[in-house]
Amino acid sequence: MAPLDTGIGAAVRRREDARFLTGRGTYTDDINRPGQAHAYILRSPHAHATIKKVDIKKAKSSPGVIAVYTGEDFKPINGVPCGWLVTGKNNKPMIEPKHPIIAEGKARHVGDPVAVVIAETKAEARDAAEKIDIDYGALPAVVDMKAALKGGGKSVHDAAPDNLCFDWELGDKAATDAAFAKAAHVTTLDLVNNRLVPNALEPRAAIGDYDKATGEHTLYTTSQNPHVIRLLMGAFVLGIPEHKLRVVSPDVGGGFGSKIYHYAEEALVTWAAKQLGRPVKWTADRSESFMSDAHGRDHVSHVELALDKDNKFLGFRFETLANMGAYLSTFAPCIPTYLHGTLLAGNYSTPAIHTNVKAVFTNTVPVDAYRGAGRPEATFMIERVIDKAARELKTDPAELRRKNYIKPEQFPYQTPVALMYDIGNYGATLDQVLKLSDPGGYAQRKAASKAKGKLRGRGIASYIEACGIAPSNVVGSLGARAGLYEAATVRVNPTGSVVVFTGSHSHGQGHETTFAQVVSSMLGIPMESIEISHGDTNRVPFGMGTYGSRSIAVGGTAIHNAVNKIIAKGKKIAAHMLEAAEADIEFKNGKFTVAGTDRSKAFGEIALAAYVPHKYPLETVEPGLDETAFYDPKNFTFPAGSYVCEVEVDPDTGVVEIQSFAAADDFGRIINPMIVEGQVHGGLAQGIGQALTEACVYDKNGQLQTGSFMDYCMPRAQDVPNFKVAHSVTACTHNPLGVKGCGEAGAIGAPPTVINAIVDALQEYGVEHIDMPATPHRVWKAIQDAKARKR
Amino acid sequence: MHNFEYHRAGSLADAASALKKAGEDGKLMAGGQTLIPTLKLRLAQPSAVIDLSGIKELASIKAGAGEVTIGAGATHAAVAASKDVQGKIKALADLAAHIGDRQVRHRGTIGGSLANNDPAADYPAAVLALGATIVTNQRKIAADEFFKGLFETALKPGEIITAVSFPAPEKAAYMKFANPASRFALVGVFVAKTKGGVRVAVTGAGESGVFRSAALEKALSGNFSAKAIEGVAMPAKGLNSDIHASAEYRAHLIGVMAKRAVAAAG
Repeated sequence: MAPLDTGIGAAVRRREDARFLTGRGTYTDDINRPGQAHAYILRSPHAHATIKKVDIKKAKSSPGVIAVYTGEDFKPINGVPCGWLVTGKNNKPMIEPKHPIIAEGKARHVGDPVAVVIAETKAEARDAAEKIDIDYGALPAVVDMKAALKGGGKSVHDAAPDNLCFDWELGDKAATDAAFAKAAHVTTLDLVNNRLVPNALEPRAAIGDYDKATGEHTLYTTSQNPHVIRLLMGAFVLGIPEHKLRVVSPDVGGGFGSKIYHYAEEALVTWAAKQLGRPVKWTADRSESFMSDAHGRDHVSHVELALDKDNKFLGFRFETLANMGAYLSTFAPCIPTYLHGTLLAGNYSTPAIHTNVKAVFTNTVPVDAYRGAGRPEATFMIERVIDKAARELKTDPAELRRKNYIKPEQFPYQTPVALMYDIGNYGATLDQVLKLSDPGGYAQRKAASKAKGKLRGRGIASYIEACGIAPSNVVGSLGARAGLYEAATVRVNPTGSVVVFTGSHSHGQGHETTFAQVVSSMLGIPMESIEISHGDTNRVPFGMGTYGSRSIAVGGTAIHNAVNKIIAKGKKIAAHMLEAAEADIEFKNGKFTVAGTDRSKAFGEIALAAYVPHKYPLETVEPGLDETAFYDPKNFTFPAGSYVCEVEVDPDTGVVEIQSFAAADDFGRIINPMIVEGQVHGGLAQGIGQALTEACVYDKNGQLQTGSFMDYCMPRAQDVPNFKVAHSVTACTHNPLGVKGCGEAGAIGAPPTVINAIVDALQEYGVEHIDMPATPHRVWKAIQDAKARKR
Repeated sequence: MHNFEYHRAGSLADAASALKKAGEDGKLMAGGQTLIPTLKLRLAQPSAVIDLSGIKELASIKAGAGEVTIGAGATHAAVAASKDVQGKIKALADLAAHIGDRQVRHRGTIGGSLANNDPAADYPAAVLALGATIVTNQRKIAADEFFKGLFETALKPGEIITAVSFPAPEKAAYMKFANPASRFALVGVFVAKTKGGVRVAVTGAGESGVFRSAALEKALSGNFSAKAIEGVAMPAKGLNSDIHASAEYRAHLIGVMAKRAVAAAG
């Protein structure tokens, strides 16, 4: 690798930030097409209702109105597809009801689109929508998952009378039951993984544009994966072939999973643009985002851990209800199954594990992946029950974990729940986090807190995640309806500058910097000579996008492999120019050199020769220097780590303040430590948000009670401490960069760490569990309930 | 938002006549911190909005002997920064300094807040606890007569608040337990030791908005100390229960905030 200060391992400042911080980004809503009309979507105020009659007469004659569409207009059009088929017990496939673009005959959640108005201006469209008269027949809402499974005549879909989407299991039940039968100790816990609203800073938006002359559609959309949208919408919804459909995802202001999915609004504007011969734009407002972006988490679980007399784990048993919401979002079924059940070994060498997941339809917004996606839910169950076991067994929670860790010499390690971990060193991150968090001074800090009338608690948690999603043949066998490789084209221009077209999509991750560092290192050319292009299906050859911490591990490897093809071709050209054998050409520091001589050609000279091939091996080598690689990972990557948090609880009010937070992660090789640290900080902030502040609440009628920031509490700067962050490295064994991914770690590890600390703080009351978010009210209530139990 | 006539009033008389002309669908706007979001959400549809923010005479803050009179158009930031308010009633300046966020404090006004009478607003607690007088273009209204329930006040149609006159207390402090999401008061307690006795007003908690706590006033009248409040039972009856806090929790917090306020008042 070249000794450039912009190469792999350098803390290069994010190149994209100058654009973002000075307001020069181009987001979907910044794009305006000539003759553009505006769509306003009328959404159901009812959680569950038949739509008896929709009268659009008045709306149609409202000023500026171009068209009004209802569910009737979309009946002939396919619904939004689901990208993953989960097969449950007894080979029973999941129930997959149609998810119409506009509700057909029935509205199934507050926010379900029931009509759309397209007008000259957004205000006119909204004015007209108020004139649509809908005769609803309100139905009882299905909200609580346990009640939903009883059916009782309340069904979200006729096809699922008891609201069960699938009943899925993983692991050896008999072996697990046997492990529990011989256990010296069993710890059980019931817990909830709270429902979250993703709340990306940029609301979703979409513009449909149709060129009558060429028959080409263009969709501008806030997507984490434009090619996936092209595939899902083109092939499954609207029947537009790929060569007539361009999808552009320009700058995107945060996704956290919520912008992976194909949404009805994208198909709606694309379809309407052709109908009307005019571009059609839709931009969500914040209220709309709350009731139409796919939500996250929402599991209710029962957890059991069996230990032998030496405190070695014998078995884990899990029962989970997972909320799917009213329809199946793109990846919804795989979140509580293959991204959740397969993670239930955690960092531990537990011989027997069994999990049963029932996925449930409810009259709520669809639920899908949110930063971590299944893995935070898995980690929360494991790390909370281990913590409770440590307390019951009066053993140190860090040492109980260490004792049961998979040891470095056990890798590759086959878990009882399908995954094969390639490498890790969990003891190393545990040592690091303990060093960062000063356990020796804890007693003194606790006493100091006590003197102020505060209760101090200390929590620890370890986590593992499966990232770098994913080997296509593996996920295909598990029900994925897509492959999960990544593509990259590296185009060397005649004067030696480089454009990289990547199928990964940056919506905050800093790819324009990190990916350029990889190329800079490999080619020995400065960052300024490298452009990273993404987010346009007409420019990038193909791509599966960015989610599941996969960009560097899968997208980065595709770039790496494409660069290697460039280098290989460059050697052929250099050999000819230097009149040497190809095998004797070395490429180093941006120069092709005949080994053992000072005869060399600079990278730029080779690039020029490739495009001006006067002295060139034209018989055997094509002109040009432009290579594409598709990379399909051989395995998942397995980042892991341990976190420690200390909190102070005010027993008078229940207010929790995080006093310190230390995170030690193993992300494999790190390309840009500053960006990685930023990703860790962001993930931790979101994890702390889930643990302390965020809760999406529906009332029993299915009304969204947290439909704005007045009621839905995002973490603020004051809720988040200064983090202490450290890394240890075990390089991923199956990708050439040795990278694992870092985007989700914080959101996975933080929630159990924080809750473990709070429960620890409340030990004098005997509080054993507290559900997230641990709001002041909830903490106070837990204290009061514990006091009442003691009386 | 829906269309409406916009009238920027140049004087109080101009505002009053414009309001009269607009009829019952006319709406006064001071800082617009409640009205504008309501309009944007299409929850209100006034025929005319009469903007008071340009009326200079409403923005003044004047200190007299043992009192401070704050013009209805004074922003929260102006009240917080006023040397007169800081000198005479520090608790009021502190309260103003913690309303909403910086943007809100530079637009929102005391008159707008009181006329709106949001049950979780801060100012009503100060006005009630300090026994302030609300001055309108028609009369003077005592604080005890002003607040009439959720978003309800004694103001009559056509009546415009022009100023609020606060007598300086011997001691006073305000403690707010903020709703974690909105940062409005989940419970806010203003305690004041005034010439007329101890007054304690609670905002954020009551089903009918701001109210005075007779139990706390009684306990503090004999002994103005945090200790005096210990053991005072705060009934949950009549308090709000919602997703953020049960009535019981609010009742408990009233006690805690009252103690902290008394301690802060010195």
